[in-house]
Amino acid sequence: MREKRAAADPFAAPPDPANMTCPAPIPERARVLLGHGSGGQLSAALMRDVIAPALAASSPGGPLNDAAVVEVAGQRLAFTTDSFVVSPLEFPGGDIGELAVNGTVNDLAMMGAQPLALSLAYVIEEGLPIEDLRKVTESVARAADRAGVRIVTGDTKVVGRGAADGLFVNTAGIGLVADGVAVGADRAAAGDAIILSGPIGLHGVAIMSIREGLDFEVEIASDTQPLNSLVAAILAVCPEVHVLRDPTRGGLASALNEIAAASGVGIELREDSIPIPGPVRAACEMLGLDPLHVANEGKLVAIVPASSVEAVLAAMRALPEGAEAVEIGRVVADHPAMVTVRTIVGSQRIVDMLVGEQLPRIC
Amino acid sequence: MCLGIPGKVVEIRDDGAMRMATIDYGGARKEACLAYVPEVGLGDYVIVHVGFAISQLDEEEALRTLELLRMIDEEGMAMELGSAAGNGGGGALTAPAAGSAPPPGAS
Amino acid sequence: MKYVDEYRDSAIARKLLDEIHRITTRPWALMEVCGGQTHTLVKQGIDEALPAGVRMIHGPGCPVCVTPLEQIDKALAIAVRPDVIFTSYGDMLRVPGSTTDLLALKARGADVRIVYSPLDAVRIAAANPDRQVVFFAIGFETTAPANAMAVAQAARLGLDNFTVLVSHVLVPPAMCAILESPSNQVQAFLAAGHVCAVMGWTEYEPIAARYHVPIVVTGFEPLDLLEGILMAIRQLESGRAEVENQYVRAVTREGNREAQEAVSRVFDVGDRKWRGIGMIPSSGYHLRPEFGGFDAEARFDVGAIHTAEHPACIAGEILQGTKTPLDCAAYGTLCSPQKPLGAPMVSTEGVCSAYHSAGRGLAAPYALPLYELTRSDR
Repeated sequence: MREKRAAADPFAAPPDPANMTCPAPIPERARVLLGHGSGGQLSAALMRDVIAPALAASSPGGPLNDAAVVEVAGQRLAFTTDSFVVSPLEFPGGDIGELAVNGTVNDLAMMGAQPLALSLAYVIEEGLPIEDLRKVTESVARAADRAGVRIVTGDTKVVGRGAADGLFVNTAGIGLVADGVAVGADRAAAGDAIILSGPIGLHGVAIMSIREGLDFEVEIASDTQPLNSLVAAILAVCPEVHVLRDPTRGGLASALNEIAAASGVGIELREDSIPIPGPVRAACEMLGLDPLHVANEGKLVAIVPASSVEAVLAAMRALPEGAEAVEIGRVVADHPAMVTVRTIVGSQRIVDMLVGEQLPRIC
Repeated sequence: MCLGIPGKVVEIRDDGAMRMATIDYGGARKEACLAYVPEVGLGDYVIVHVGFAISQLDEEEALRTLELLRMIDEEGMAMELGSAAGNGGGGALTAPAAGSAPPPGAS
Repeated sequence: MKYVDEYRDSAIARKLLDEIHRITTRPWALMEVCGGQTHTLVKQGIDEALPAGVRMIHGPGCPVCVTPLEQIDKALAIAVRPDVIFTSYGDMLRVPGSTTDLLALKARGADVRIVYSPLDAVRIAAANPDRQVVFFAIGFETTAPANAMAVAQAARLGLDNFTVLVSHVLVPPAMCAILESPSNQVQAFLAAGHVCAVMGWTEYEPIAARYHVPIVVTGFEPLDLLEGILMAIRQLESGRAEVENQYVRAVTREGNREAQEAVSRVFDVGDRKWRGIGMIPSSGYHLRPEFGGFDAEARFDVGAIHTAEHPACIAGEILQGTKTPLDCAAYGTLCSPQKPLGAPMVSTEGVCSAYHSAGRGLAAPYALPLYELTRSDR
């Protein structure tokens, strides 16, 4: 019947990856994987183990942040950059141009900054139809206009066929942080309320639906949109908001885990209050994915003192971007750095960060 | 082992030798092969695994079970566990056959 | 979602749980066969909410976990070839072979593609006549009809560039192997609902009779599992040992005849090795000789395969249910979903990953310390 493992296989001591030489294959940990860009645990590890240490000398005071604040003549200037590599360039609900503007505007907004100006840099793959480039750039213009920011500088490079996925876009942005605003991932405090601006999973599912090999239909579109007006409305009623965060790659779960870890607090979610559109749920069930790990592009999480919840919700719901704003949980002193939800039997379970890339499954 | 989810057949077409369908899972639609469920028609529900319908979902059974589950009261199962005739046992909450003596037990 | 949400009702779940508590008078050990069932039990905390003496022993029903290491290594050896497009279900991409995995090969430029359905692999073959397309045909009986149809379809289309690397395993022989083991503690089974949707449950009747174990064909949603556990314990408490069907909405006694016939046209039952368990006779499918032309193992000479499991990995004992991840020295330290030593940690249905995702047995905070996000004191 069953044999012991040792008798079945001739195995010597397993190869030590650190000591292997050619022609043995290089262990996977020595190469960058797609998963390193997914926004989950692998991305965090790459930053912590490779990039941050290498930059330590020129960045005294800590590893690189997603965005930074610098003091200039008594004002606080927020500065951020982001690259956009989505393929295909156009997807239900938007295109890479719109994404590039909204993404950077939102990074600034999440720091409590009022966005002022953006740079726009293109890396274009040889052979890209000129019409596509024009369409994307017109999208950029429309999005900038909608967000109330100007594109003030830029750069264009062309690379050989195969060296870029059609078009890579980088935007960098500057904004002003008003006095009294002190938003940070480390500022969540026990007792705070967690507010989500609207339904999740739309962008990620919209992208997946047109990805080669997956090919399904959903009547939903990416939720990409600028959130700076929504943030301004929140700050107007609650200048002491503690955390603002847009849950992009890695989804709501990854964003909340990062905040919980940075603030040294626990988070308890009411899973039933998290709005997940029917088609998003259906697509996730079909592929075996967790909606909490799916990317969003036009949503934010605001963590505010409990006493401000009603005022913040009212302010958010007055705008279309926040029409479906809802409280989804609380910050607690228990289980620091962990995010939990209630199970069906009433116990608590952990909501993990995304590991690597989301892969559809059969099991 | 078996990510099989229920969906509704909303469109059927013949693809050469195979009968293919569009399945709606409640807002997301994807194609599946109906070769293994030849009796299934438009509007029926199927369980789909890796792009194949492996079983037709018996809606009557599903609704009956759900009804019984909803009828559970705090003093325990009023229903006796029974074997649906000839079926080797059907659900924890099979109702006693009409006309039979009330089941013994709690409540 | 219709016919899904209804089976996740927490009020009914609690009532079923109360009833389980009410009727249980003795300790019992049950095994849920399927990895999908394990996942739901652990994720929803159902196994920890059962009466104190009732133990769920997690079964080997994770096809990713039990695919033999040799087959993974063969897959890797084939996938590196420049003339090959290697297609696979997503689950297999991170499974560790002796030295690497498919995802890493993909990062190094191998043409490895995820497919949702085996028919997609056939389409890729038809669209790329100058490349060899290989499909990694893994799974239990649930997946065999789909894999069989891919081979039949490729034959119908006359494709000469399509092959399958087969690694199919069967549930009943594994159950018998577990029951035959001198260290077996399993007293009742929750059989895998979708395996039975295809195969029916006639094969389980002699097992229930011979070993005097209740077997309840069970679905995958929380209410399905609770109902299945309730039915199994009712049998145990009253000394019965029958096959019952909880998953009435999807399973009949005879199963799916068309699917079974399609499988037996393409596949033959034969001996199969289970990763971590070893050889179980007549426990798998192999391609019939008349479909030998579609056998990737015949088409590609992958040379001698020397497999090497990581010595710290106790996947075998986990899959047999004799140990849990909490008994493993490497769990949560050397071995985690980001850097798995064995298959049960990488598969989303594996026991170790289910435990890890639920945070069981892990010291807090176990999350990696992250790069600092925007600080408020700037």
